[in-house]
Amino acid sequence: MKVAVKVRLKKSILDPQGKAVNQALHQLGFDQISGVRVGKLIELEVADGQSKEDIQKIVEDASRKLLANTVIEDFEIEYPEAAK
Amino acid sequence: MKCAVVVFPGSNCDHDAFHALELCGQDVDFVWHKTGDLSKYDFVLLPGGFSYGDYLRAGAIAGFSPIMNALVDFAESGKPVLGVCNGFQVLVEVGLLPGALLRNENLRFVCRHVYLRTENNDTRFTDKLKPGQQLSIPIAHGEGRYFADEATIKSLQENNQIVFRYVDQNNNTGGDGNPNGSVDDIAGIINQRGNVMGMMPHPERAMEEMLGSNDGVHIFQSLLA
Repeated sequence: MKVAVKVRLKKSILDPQGKAVNQALHQLGFDQISGVRVGKLIELEVADGQSKEDIQKIVEDASRKLLANTVIEDFEIEYPEAAK
Repeated sequence: MKCAVVVFPGSNCDHDAFHALELCGQDVDFVWHKTGDLSKYDFVLLPGGFSYGDYLRAGAIAGFSPIMNALVDFAESGKPVLGVCNGFQVLVEVGLLPGALLRNENLRFVCRHVYLRTENNDTRFTDKLKPGQQLSIPIAHGEGRYFADEATIKSLQENNQIVFRYVDQNNNTGGDGNPNGSVDDIAGIINQRGNVMGMMPHPERAMEEMLGSNDGVHIFQSLLA
């Protein structure tokens, strides 16, 4: 099954990339957009046939160990219906 | 001293580091990242570059390469480790040093000489330097903005773990010396035990006067003396 992990810079941390995208959007006339922050979407293919709890544990562990650096980033996991 | 320069796929300052150590009269080996044994070495240098293409985050994947367990043991045994640029990024990713290195505030890859001020000359990497001594050393990075939460910064300050700060030509912080937006103008830090140092500037690229500066020599001489 596919599990998505969204990784974002913590709110308190300046995101210069988002700022640059925001400026470019304003140059294109999208004045209604007042802020941009850029993050990552990581899609994992996780082997089926495991309990929901196991899958959740594996993905949390992977996110904490490698996918996100929790010094600077927060992560959010989206499971498909079957694993919720 | 028997020195190791670790080579990851994507390291590109490994030969500069090798050359710098050789210039200091040391016996140096390149050590491929798949090696699991560092026991015959007295000093390990993690060089600059773009290990694993900086995929995911700079230094993140190198932090899980086979040599890392050996490196952590090596550091825990009290032997010296220096991480330069990407090597510094790897050290914070594996948690041998606190904090993280983020994309430069101005979004540019900055490649030029910067001025550093020696903030702590009572370390094995800096004891040939005078307090406050200014160094001209090049940087070359896109992700060098040092960040740590307030409590960590406070503890770095209190324990004198900030070794180098970016300064302007007049040796002052707070001016235009900080090239990447690092918190507290931090360019290099050391662990509490004093055997693991990480810095974004490249001392191994400042070893010969004819190449612009030989200020990096002081750091290697401190360590190797």
